[in-house]
Amino acid sequence: MNTVADLFSENTGFREGDLLELSMGPHHPSTHGVFRMNVTLDGERVVRLKPVFGYLHRNHEKIAEGNSYLAAMPYTDRLDYLAGMTNNWAYAHAVEKLCGVEVPVRAEYLRVILAELTRIQNHACLCGFLVQDLGASGTPLMYAFREREKVLDLFEAISGSRMMGNFQRFGGCREDAKPEWLAAVAKLVAEFPSFLDEFEELLAGNEIILSRTQGIGVMKADQAVNAGVTGPVLRSTGVAHDLRKVDRYGVYSRFEFSVPVGAHGDTYDRYMVRLLECRESLKILAQALKDIPDGPVLDPKAKQKGLRPKAGEAYGRIEGPKGEIGFYLISDGGPNPYRFRIRPPSLINLTLLEDICLGQTLADAVAVLGSIDIVLGEVDR
Amino acid sequence: MLGSGVIQGLLVTARNALGSLRGDPGRHVTVEYPEKRAEIPAAFRSFPFLVTDGTGADDGLRCVACKMCESECPAQCLYVVMDRDEKGKPAKRPKVFDLDISVCMGCGICTEVCPFDSIKMDKVYEIAGRDRFHGFVLKKEQLAKTNSYYHQIRPEEAAEVDARLAEEKRLAEEKAKAAAAKAAAAAAAKAAGSQSAA
Amino acid sequence: MNPEDAFLERLPLEARAVVLSLFPEVLRPWVAALLAVVSILAAFGLFFAFLTLLERKTLARIQNRPGPNRTGPGGVLQPFADAIKMITKEDIVPAAADKLLHFLAPVVLVAFSLLTFAVIPYGRTLVALDIDAGVLFFFAAGAGTELAIFMAGWSSRNKYALIAAMRALAQLISYELPLLLSFVPVILATGSLRPMTIVEAQGGWTWGVLPHWHVFTPWGAVGFAIFLVAALSESNRSPFDLPEAESELIAGHLTEYSGFKYALFFMAEYFGMTALAGLGVTLFLGGWQAPLPLLQFVPSYAWFGIKLLGVILLFMWVRGTTPRLRIDQLMRLAWKFLSPLALFNLGAAIFWVATDAWSFTGSVGVRWALCGVLVVVPFILIGRALSKGLGPRTYRLVP
Repeated sequence: MNTVADLFSENTGFREGDLLELSMGPHHPSTHGVFRMNVTLDGERVVRLKPVFGYLHRNHEKIAEGNSYLAAMPYTDRLDYLAGMTNNWAYAHAVEKLCGVEVPVRAEYLRVILAELTRIQNHACLCGFLVQDLGASGTPLMYAFREREKVLDLFEAISGSRMMGNFQRFGGCREDAKPEWLAAVAKLVAEFPSFLDEFEELLAGNEIILSRTQGIGVMKADQAVNAGVTGPVLRSTGVAHDLRKVDRYGVYSRFEFSVPVGAHGDTYDRYMVRLLECRESLKILAQALKDIPDGPVLDPKAKQKGLRPKAGEAYGRIEGPKGEIGFYLISDGGPNPYRFRIRPPSLINLTLLEDICLGQTLADAVAVLGSIDIVLGEVDR
Repeated sequence: MLGSGVIQGLLVTARNALGSLRGDPGRHVTVEYPEKRAEIPAAFRSFPFLVTDGTGADDGLRCVACKMCESECPAQCLYVVMDRDEKGKPAKRPKVFDLDISVCMGCGICTEVCPFDSIKMDKVYEIAGRDRFHGFVLKKEQLAKTNSYYHQIRPEEAAEVDARLAEEKRLAEEKAKAAAAKAAAAAAAKAAGSQSAA
Repeated sequence: MNPEDAFLERLPLEARAVVLSLFPEVLRPWVAALLAVVSILAAFGLFFAFLTLLERKTLARIQNRPGPNRTGPGGVLQPFADAIKMITKEDIVPAAADKLLHFLAPVVLVAFSLLTFAVIPYGRTLVALDIDAGVLFFFAAGAGTELAIFMAGWSSRNKYALIAAMRALAQLISYELPLLLSFVPVILATGSLRPMTIVEAQGGWTWGVLPHWHVFTPWGAVGFAIFLVAALSESNRSPFDLPEAESELIAGHLTEYSGFKYALFFMAEYFGMTALAGLGVTLFLGGWQAPLPLLQFVPSYAWFGIKLLGVILLFMWVRGTTPRLRIDQLMRLAWKFLSPLALFNLGAAIFWVATDAWSFTGSVGVRWALCGVLVVVPFILIGRALSKGLGPRTYRLVP
């Protein structure tokens, strides 16, 4: 007779009692929020890993379907709360597509500046979190946060809030950037490379980091493409796919920058690709600050409140710090979206977690999760 | 390799520790809160308040209870009921204006959609309560703040709003005057017409 | 005046004599023992309290923060605030726990880690238990802490605690070997296991400036480096803090402890670190010996304290810098790297002792060079082999 135990040993090659099932999360220091991994361990090695999420489900999509188009904007800040500005942009982009609104050039430049600032602060954070997951006692994280605060100060100065900017509008931006603000950005762009250098000096050659990350959690390029993985995680596997280059949305075609691409797809590549992306973002920022034209940032005729787009559908996507962030909207001509759907990069990058963690140790699984860069607000929505 | 990376890292942390001890501005970044406060940028926003041109909630509120903010509020934390005068006709003032700040996310959309510049974003951020459910629903009496307070927290914006309102008022008065003059002229013409007919 | 006759140097002895004179003759040996126990408990209890503050301040400064500064001037009362908080907290024992073991574990841990303080010479005349096999006693007592950590992990009936206990056991037993091998050369050179003798052997200066501490010999320097790494691991400190790896195992074997028991674990951890640092100072850094003849007016126990604090600060500095190793890498480091290296170092020490009689011109330089080769070559070869395939990479920049 086949008992459950027999089936188990047939399927896995382990006898009952060989394995330890461990429920990591939802309250765990390093699952980046209320994420849960049901890990089955053989000693320290991961035999099975089941990601469980939904503990932070806030019904965002349904709420947006019951509210006006404008009222969904502040909610997008709270999706991926490290990258509110790019989420705003992706949503505004989708609505602009739906209504056919044109965006003034200055607003496009301002959006690029804000998106690249978001990218560097997100990547700085991620690198800090990742090293924290590797067991550092907070030092790299604190350095990263020290720099992030400077970016957040800029966000606060222009949008009134550090993380929940609610800044983009359909057809432009809410406020114009003052010259002092642009000068402050230029100062940050000039100072940021010294932080990156110091961060690299602190960690890039560290033997412990190298041995903890190189060859760990290897993701293959075909695996990543099949799963729909995007962003730095995809690029670390060797696929040079960046929506800023592919779609050339906004004014990105005006800037000279390159896309750093890894070759191994391991934790180290995911980490280094992000650090290199920060340097590329700084290049874009310098060019954008130099070229930003004068003019309005919001077309006064663009409608914000009481928007009723014609019946139809639109999908707007941009390259967020974590990957492709997209909004799919269907309008039935009413004041609310008929369907409001988000393509969250965190969730889709997370789908490969089990595949790349199998056979690694428990400590590596934590580091791999950290290197994927998830924000639970976006995973669960 | 062979330990050099760790030693390099140790040098970086030592540099940071010494810089922080010496008070190097790039490495000594903590603002010690109750004694010192971080500078709040002009655009900073926390929760909405109602601007009153008079003294309080019952006198001079700019709000006409049009419910525009209520309908656009993403968190649906506003509740507005229009007052009625003795004859039961709608009076252009709120009878109830409640804001649940435990729900409010401070997005500022209410201030954007308000056609009368009557709701603005405050800058208070030290709000705390001992109770989870009471004391967080603010009534219009608590929400009403004077225009001078608005000038105090956002001088530039308030001056701009005042100028715009004055301009609107002037235009409205001119229009009213013109309309009155026109009506008077029409009445005069009518009177003249009836006279001539007689 | 001889340095040993200075007033400050004799102060502890005089104080003891005063206290002893209050008691009848029969009781004096007992009172003397009790005094030693009480003074160690009091001194290291306070030392522990301020060590937690120092650690928090050091880490904070490394991280560009001011650290605790709200209780008392500059935060000096923080340890007492912490203590009050810990003591008044609810003590939670999991329903499924083995209650007796769960209770015993912290007690056993603190007791064993305190035992190790008995044999360390704190000053010229200050040692609680001056026995011939002092170093052996230190490790016999220190080994008990491993048992206590395992008790804590096992009795909690918590999976995190269990994994942590297994890790702790594997780690602590593995690192005993390099730790012991790292100072076998010291024993070899001094011919004694008695800590006081080892310290006395490190007295004197070459040309009046260079102290004869073991760390200034080729085998001593390497031995001290190995000792530091192994001591970090033995005291469960970063980068070897696997038993309480908070990013994987919440708090490891401490997960199910709260309140005062948690504080006891914390205390034992610091005691263990202090004792190991003290042993390192004794064996390699000349114990209570002054670094220069001029500075002998400073009492010997102060020198011990300064060196102890220095070693502990080094531990904290390392903690503020490095991430954590993985358990298999940790074991590999112990068995494949540190232990062989310690053996080579032992060979170098044997060579050094055997060539002690060389007296031709430049003989010291030749001995240094040969000893260095004996250790550095294996270091590079083993290190290369272990770190094969790891290293910085270059990245493609697609325009």
